[in-house]
Amino acid sequence: MNIFTKGLIKENPVLVLTLGMCASLATTTSVINGIGMGLSTTVVLICSNAVIAALRKIIPSKVRIASYIVVIAAFVTIVEMLINAFLPSLASSLGVFIPLIVVNCIILARAEAFASKNSIFASVLDGAGMGIGFTLALVLIASVREIIGVGTWCGFKIMSSGYQPATAFILPAGAFLTFGIILAVKNLIESGKEKKND
Amino acid sequence: MIDIKSLLVIAISAMLTENFVLSRFMGICPFLGVSKKTSTAVGMGMAVTFVMTLAGIATWLIQHYILVQFHLEYMKTIVFIFVIAALVQFVEMALQRFSPALYTALGIYLPLITTNCAVLGAVLLAIDTYNYNLIETIVFNMFAAIGFTIAIILLSGVRERLEEAKIPSFMQGLPIVMISAALISIAFLGFQGLSF
Repeated sequence: MNIFTKGLIKENPVLVLTLGMCASLATTTSVINGIGMGLSTTVVLICSNAVIAALRKIIPSKVRIASYIVVIAAFVTIVEMLINAFLPSLASSLGVFIPLIVVNCIILARAEAFASKNSIFASVLDGAGMGIGFTLALVLIASVREIIGVGTWCGFKIMSSGYQPATAFILPAGAFLTFGIILAVKNLIESGKEKKND
Repeated sequence: MIDIKSLLVIAISAMLTENFVLSRFMGICPFLGVSKKTSTAVGMGMAVTFVMTLAGIATWLIQHYILVQFHLEYMKTIVFIFVIAALVQFVEMALQRFSPALYTALGIYLPLITTNCAVLGAVLLAIDTYNYNLIETIVFNMFAAIGFTIAIILLSGVRERLEEAKIPSFMQGLPIVMISAALISIAFLGFQGLSF
């Protein structure tokens, strides 16, 4: 169980390990996009972790990175086809970032750091935990940007009608700013905890 | 007939108005990872420009002469990432053999490029989304990489200054770098006026 929960907060891939930044900045203009990206990555992560764990004794260590990339790319292609077929609106809003899941460092990092050394079951749990942690982080960033930048959350209006949306938060600059501030707040909370422990 | 005007539009928009790092969020990992010093930022930028231009040529030829001929377009993600990985290996070996000076300058950055999403992103955008011809693909990839280089050099300049600045402890490290990147990105918004 610990394997699953560590990806959620303690080793959150985006907020603590700062992996997979491209996707987490680019696809967080709205909460829906963030969830779509997070879940697609989670599916790829679980499947690739399972296959890599199953093959971990067969893959020669010299060509392991290339083998991992082929496995990951295969699952990304499958997910891309499924999204194109069943969720065309999500496909058009995520665009090129769906095939770019291949180069999302979280997946390769988990394959190398976890799935290549652990059993299939543990690797699936690890993939699910990391994937859901990634999704949660995306939802957090997207919530801040969507609420401030558009005044809605998941498409529902939550700000009063007099609110002037700060469009800058939907623009690329807002992504860097939001992520920087979230990391700063995280540091502040951590340093507060350390002081309490001292 | 090569249309100079459309090539110029592609070049300017890939380099400035739709800068890869600052408005498309591709290549964020090296943008944050190797921007501590200007000298390393220049090396990374050069390596990316080199590989991205070659990757554009290689993947365009493969797409149009192999994948389209055999109706295998759905394999593009797998094929392209493999081509890029192979190309990076090949460039590394070629540089080691023919230009040791350039190899020592770029050597450590080359393997990192395989997982730089700007390279895969650029070839997918050029070939799949925009459907460019070969020359347009080369121009698009080269200027996108130059845009990446400009952005990473700008950020490294800011970071060298930040080393000596007094920053509150909770802002040190990544948070302040992200906020600097946000300010650079706002400055690049000014180039939107150039879009055609």
